[in-house]
Amino acid sequence: MKPPTDLMTDLYKFTDSDPHNLQDPDAAHLVIHHNQVLGMHAVPGLSVNVKELADGVDVKVVLDDGAVIRKPVHLCFGMYPETGVQRIIMDVAIGKNAVIALMAHCIFPFAVDVQHLMDANIRIGDGARYSYFERHVHSPKGGVKVYPKAIVEVGKKAYFKTEFELIKGRVGLIDLDYETSCDAAGVVDMTARISGRADDVIKIRETAHLKGEYARGVLTSKIAVRENARAEVYNKLTATAAFARGHVDCKEIVQDNGVATATPIVEVRHPKAHVTHEAAIGSVDSKQLETLMSRGLSEDAAVELIINGLLS
Amino acid sequence: MGILEVKDLVLAFNGKPILDNLNIDFWEGHIHAVVGPNGAGKSTLAATIMGLSGYTDIGGDILFAGESIKGLSLDRRAQMGITLAWQEPARFEGLTIRNFIRASAQDKSAENLKVVLREVGLEPEEYLNRAVDKTLSGGERKKVELASILAMKPKIAFLDEPDSGIDIESIERIFEAVKILKSGGTTVILITHSLAVLNQAEHAFLICSGKIVDKGPVEKIRKYFENKCIPCGHKNVPVQEIGGPV
Repeated sequence: MKPPTDLMTDLYKFTDSDPHNLQDPDAAHLVIHHNQVLGMHAVPGLSVNVKELADGVDVKVVLDDGAVIRKPVHLCFGMYPETGVQRIIMDVAIGKNAVIALMAHCIFPFAVDVQHLMDANIRIGDGARYSYFERHVHSPKGGVKVYPKAIVEVGKKAYFKTEFELIKGRVGLIDLDYETSCDAAGVVDMTARISGRADDVIKIRETAHLKGEYARGVLTSKIAVRENARAEVYNKLTATAAFARGHVDCKEIVQDNGVATATPIVEVRHPKAHVTHEAAIGSVDSKQLETLMSRGLSEDAAVELIINGLLS
Repeated sequence: MGILEVKDLVLAFNGKPILDNLNIDFWEGHIHAVVGPNGAGKSTLAATIMGLSGYTDIGGDILFAGESIKGLSLDRRAQMGITLAWQEPARFEGLTIRNFIRASAQDKSAENLKVVLREVGLEPEEYLNRAVDKTLSGGERKKVELASILAMKPKIAFLDEPDSGIDIESIERIFEAVKILKSGGTTVILITHSLAVLNQAEHAFLICSGKIVDKGPVEKIRKYFENKCIPCGHKNVPVQEIGGPV
């Protein structure tokens, strides 16, 4: 087994991030390999406590009221072995009027039979801003099963944005389940971008409850399924207060024998609330395809470019 | 002999001939215009030569540099150097102008991408990272498409209604870009019913009901515009030669 610092550097190489982030004293980071903390650094106003479990870690993150973390916090969760289970329990409390952005990478470069379970409970205080970007890097074998689950409470005038991206390597199985509730004048913005191929399976359930007046929410899913991949997307947006506004947007591209379903559910329980939805599933647009092919791209290269654009 | 020769080209939809034993030669390195009334077959001719889906079941032949391209796929024809700018360019959600142009560019350097954008009147700093999507106006998408063709440096470029959606201030820039294409050795074929576009050409062909009914210098073909073209089901000659407009 390599020393933790070497492992940490090796793991971080799989991200597109600058490895110097891990040496920046002004940038917080947390790097976990299976159930082992390889590196951790906090900054003033932010406290991170990690308890190592038999099959993962229990992480508690607290951001003080009014604390503004100027540089993105880097999180890296991963496993080198071909088999195993990594369970991440996250409890995040963001103080009132605090600001933080997190860049998370989940890395399973050699997985043959790996399960990655994320169970998060996130509370965002009134007036706070919390952005979370999560990028997965998987092996080309598709041997990863990912179960990210989160329950999020967004306070008054608070802002919650999450982006989930899995467009490199094979998906394997992903079963994403996020549920958020949003108080008055709060904002929820959730996006998932996933590209599946071979026999990958993609399941997305994103729910946002706009409970307070003037709460706003957008749920966006952009999915591509090729070869024999399958995708099921359930996006639900409810609005129960005056002037709550929301939109559900699902776009899925289907190639080869891929199968995609989209079920946007919108529910309005106040006459002054307004929620819309849009779902489009289909093959690559023929005019887009022919435009690129008329510039000399092969059909495969043109499809790749179009899908990469959609998922970007 | 032209770089592109169309011989006895026939294309029919539902039994109705759209291109009717059409013959045409395009000379290498020149700017040509194919003009005619709506529905004459101008865009169909370009789509058929390009080999777009639905335009491949044809009679006759299409020769590029003396070789038949009739059985070749769209991308193969493009790789040989033939391309087409659509009258209404496609939108691409999320695909940046940078990546769209770079996909076709012979010189993929960052500097070249800026050069071709400036040649169509778009500031690179403002546009390179924008998507080729609905946030661009129709005119902006036309310019982006023309920039991608400038970057491609094709041997033959069909430009279908290159002025549609382009504002008055930008039209001269588009015409300049056409001249840049020509100066780089591209044979340009303007598909148009605009007199201003026709005037950019050196040679013109008048098409009506799927046939070439006249060809020659622009001055000759312009007469049809000035006197309103009479469709060829009637007499396809300059109006003044048959006694004035009808």
